[in-house]
Amino acid sequence: MKKTPMDTLFETSRPGRSGFTLPDLDVPEVDCAGILGTMCRENSPRLPEMAEVDVVRHFTGLSKMNFSVDDGFYPLGSCTMKYNPKLNEMAARMPGFSRIHPLQPENTVQGALELMHSLGAMLAEITGMDAVTLQPAAGAHGEQTGLMLIKAWHESRGDMKRTKIIVPDSAHGTNPASASVTGFDVVEVPSDSEGMVDLEALKGLMDDTVAGLMLTNPNTLGIFERHILELTETIHKAGGLVYYDGANANAIVGKVRPGDMGFDVLHLNLHKTFSTPHGGGGPGAGPVGVKAQLVPFLPVPVIAFKDGAYHLEGQNVHPKTIGRIRSFYGNFGVLVRAYTYIMSLGPDGVRDVAEMAVLNANYLAKRLSALYPMAHKGHCMHEFVLNGGPLKAETKVTSLDVAKALIDAGFHPPTVYFPLIVPEALMVEPTETESRETLDRFVEAMETIVAKARQEGPEAFHDLPLTTPVSRPDETTAARKPILTWQFDQE
Amino acid sequence: MAKVPENLKYTKDHEWISVSDGVGVMGITDYAQQAMGDVVYVELPEVGRVVAAAEDFVVVESVKGANDVFSPVSGTVTEVNEALDESPELLNEDAYANWLVKMELSDEGELDGLMDAAAYTKLVEELEAENE
Amino acid sequence: MSRYIPATEDERRAMLEFVGVESVDEFYSDVPGQVLQKELPRLPKALSEPEMIRHLQGLSRRNKNADDIPCFLGAGAYDHFIPAAVDAIVSRGEFTTSYTPYQPEVAQGTLQAIFQYQTMVCELTGMEVSNASMYEGASATAEAAVMASVVSKRTHILVAKNTHPQTREVIRTYCWSRGLTCEEAPWADGRLDRKAAGDRLAKGDVAALVVQSPNFFGVVEDLEALGALAHENGALFVVNTDLLTLGSIDAPGKYGADIVVGDGQSAGNSLNFGGPAFGFIAVNKPLMRRMPGRICGQTVDREGRRTYVLTLQAREQHIRREKATSNICSNQNLCIVAASVYLSLMGPKGLREIGRQIMAKTAYAVEALERTGKFTRAFPKVPAFRETVLLCDEPVDRLNGRLMDAGILGGYPLGRDYPELANGWLLAVTEQRTKEEIDRLVAVAGGDKR
Repeated sequence: MKKTPMDTLFETSRPGRSGFTLPDLDVPEVDCAGILGTMCRENSPRLPEMAEVDVVRHFTGLSKMNFSVDDGFYPLGSCTMKYNPKLNEMAARMPGFSRIHPLQPENTVQGALELMHSLGAMLAEITGMDAVTLQPAAGAHGEQTGLMLIKAWHESRGDMKRTKIIVPDSAHGTNPASASVTGFDVVEVPSDSEGMVDLEALKGLMDDTVAGLMLTNPNTLGIFERHILELTETIHKAGGLVYYDGANANAIVGKVRPGDMGFDVLHLNLHKTFSTPHGGGGPGAGPVGVKAQLVPFLPVPVIAFKDGAYHLEGQNVHPKTIGRIRSFYGNFGVLVRAYTYIMSLGPDGVRDVAEMAVLNANYLAKRLSALYPMAHKGHCMHEFVLNGGPLKAETKVTSLDVAKALIDAGFHPPTVYFPLIVPEALMVEPTETESRETLDRFVEAMETIVAKARQEGPEAFHDLPLTTPVSRPDETTAARKPILTWQFDQE
Repeated sequence: MAKVPENLKYTKDHEWISVSDGVGVMGITDYAQQAMGDVVYVELPEVGRVVAAAEDFVVVESVKGANDVFSPVSGTVTEVNEALDESPELLNEDAYANWLVKMELSDEGELDGLMDAAAYTKLVEELEAENE
Repeated sequence: MSRYIPATEDERRAMLEFVGVESVDEFYSDVPGQVLQKELPRLPKALSEPEMIRHLQGLSRRNKNADDIPCFLGAGAYDHFIPAAVDAIVSRGEFTTSYTPYQPEVAQGTLQAIFQYQTMVCELTGMEVSNASMYEGASATAEAAVMASVVSKRTHILVAKNTHPQTREVIRTYCWSRGLTCEEAPWADGRLDRKAAGDRLAKGDVAALVVQSPNFFGVVEDLEALGALAHENGALFVVNTDLLTLGSIDAPGKYGADIVVGDGQSAGNSLNFGGPAFGFIAVNKPLMRRMPGRICGQTVDREGRRTYVLTLQAREQHIRREKATSNICSNQNLCIVAASVYLSLMGPKGLREIGRQIMAKTAYAVEALERTGKFTRAFPKVPAFRETVLLCDEPVDRLNGRLMDAGILGGYPLGRDYPELANGWLLAVTEQRTKEEIDRLVAVAGGDKR
């Protein structure tokens, strides 16, 4: 095997080294076997043995192999990779937030409870819902919680035959997966020629087994479902509830409220719309908002303000609750960041997020439309999908090739091959936090790449990217013969 | 174009089956393995499982995705090709030599509803023309 | 307008003109007029950065934090020391502000960190395969129960009643939504009641026996016997544990666990009022394709260099949609980077030393409390780690109130969840607690003889 970009911790380890010293034991010594008996661990786990400097250099080296929002433009469609303000990081690290125990007496955590109570109220106002739970740890966890609420509502009415959740064919994979893990059957509704939900097809699916519909609006093509009021009314007439997937809420905050469009339950991704950092894949937070009829079913504990103080209320106060969906109250540290963000923006700032995200997207879409056909007609919302099919047909250069070429140009690629309904899709979401110069530089890079595809053909792309620590990985071997932990015996 | 041997029966979902003495041997077609790309894992059913015609009972995973394989006929699984556990790439090498499941048919009459090589060849030609 | 948006008024006008619209409202022309918001949302006025800091400090100061009140409270969240290097690393923007590593060439840092984390989880748990982490311990345990049901094709989950009450509640919620039945097995003398559990398992319909060790009472379970009991009856053996304790206590994998899950907050993550931290899940190879969540694998690139990618993705929602093993999409990535830095700094010797100090300080505190004559150990015959159940001769809430008045955060009142332990007090002693703090605890707790 050739030189690897970074040795693993396990190769760097040297017996006898250590990166931390504990204080001397200030109480009498005890014997492990005397306490734990046969359960006292004898064979040491093979954890690294390293000095602090080597640990820091190792992880600093790893960090340098990542592309991040702090490095540059990250137009990853559907992921809302906006700038993550540094103030939010500082806020979450204040000892009064980071060093408090979740089971402390309520009267010793009133500041934390007030912060959560206010954040819930602000998210309810922004979305037009009646109440919000902050507990779900991620978007998919929010979807699962929201669907549980729908299930509990139908069950509470004795309506046990509602087994189907309808999901558009353009939906994120989490939608059908969440419906399935919540015990529902998934029924797909097709998109029409404009990429919107086919209203007639939806009407054809209506019967008394429909529990609800999950919808992202704007949808994954970046267009607003024009018939939204008819869609939600159709479901309500059939006795179902409508779920709003907040993945694309960055287009509408301060402009349109899901609660006003007829949605009954929704989740927001705080790590998208509300600027909390993605952390390379988490932690996020997926608060769930509901209309009044679903409030009694919200997970416990519920944060309430009564008699001049904040309280955590349990099942004794909320007998219809679906129960707990995780330990404690949510990813509090993420909530602190989102709270700080919204309070820093204010009412105008929140609306400006959506307007500027949409303006940036339309500006970029118009500039790129000289290179690619768009998957939508007219204006887009906060993101748009380029159809890479014609370029591939003409030059045999795929959207994956284009993505890899963008990496060499210093940009994170857009989302590729999603949504599934557009061939060779390239899904671009610039967000509001990018300047016009950045967008222009991205367009220039795309122009260069498309010209190169036409002049040099696919061979010029096969080895890209060239500027990264590694080139394209062999994913087939990775999946056929999985190596999922360090193989100590190969040393 | 993808290979279509003469002596087999086919489904529109790109499974093949050959039957002798009431025992069927089935797999996926050459067209299917080409469309899936590099096969990385095959999830085989338990021996003894009773399946209906068109029921999904095998999953072939490739780097691109996971593909359900449907039983061409009704019957009982009698044997599965365990060589695929270690070497799923065999399906890419020869999709006909490397069968998935052997099964006892419950109704040989169902075979009449399947395509012969000529009909399946026509389907494959159409699909390949679409993808050009 | 906001400091987070670069565009000036002039630039906005120029961009609108380029697109060919008069105002941004034209982009919203598909929105039905009656739902387009005319008024701004009713939110507090924007705060500048200095104002915001003052506001946050005000909120933060209304919480008593563990720097000011020595923490003897555990029950699922633990005050362990976190070296400065941990936050220095996770504060790096390259870790904080990157996305899920779907483009491996520009995410080798995150991917290698996950791969190394998976290795460390396997080393600690004694299992063969770990995923890239779960939301937290309770929902990870519920996912394990669901997974056991899918694998065994059985619909009943048997959970030890001395498992964390919140973990049991989450399992119940997940079971309800999946149409599974969750039952609880009683405990006796601090440990799971083997006779009762065996009788229930013998019916042959239980998918998983779920136990926690050290359990909610801090008691280390006899995993060998419980694993055998589960397997004799065709159930999977699911062990919930705490990652840090595995530096001192034998790995569940050694005792036949099929799925090891739990919470990793104690390894390098702050208390954070209960989140974020992370959960973990580990299995042996036969179950790896049934695991929820992301998994990172090692492979090579075009030049044959060692490279990491997300793999076995056919299990996951973005490929498999409604047939996915789980809907889980994200992992708690930054939290496992913190744990990896922490575990690298500590190494096996550091973890063992932490364990040694916990055991010594626990023994010191418990003996001193017993000497006051106010406390007795509830389960003196079985081994316990980091947490001890003490029976107290005064109401626990009153005791904790007196301690808080003296600036000490007392143990968990077990009567909340276990009426049979109405005067039970779950005391946690980590390596962070000094002799001086323990002495002060003993003086205040033992001071009121009544």
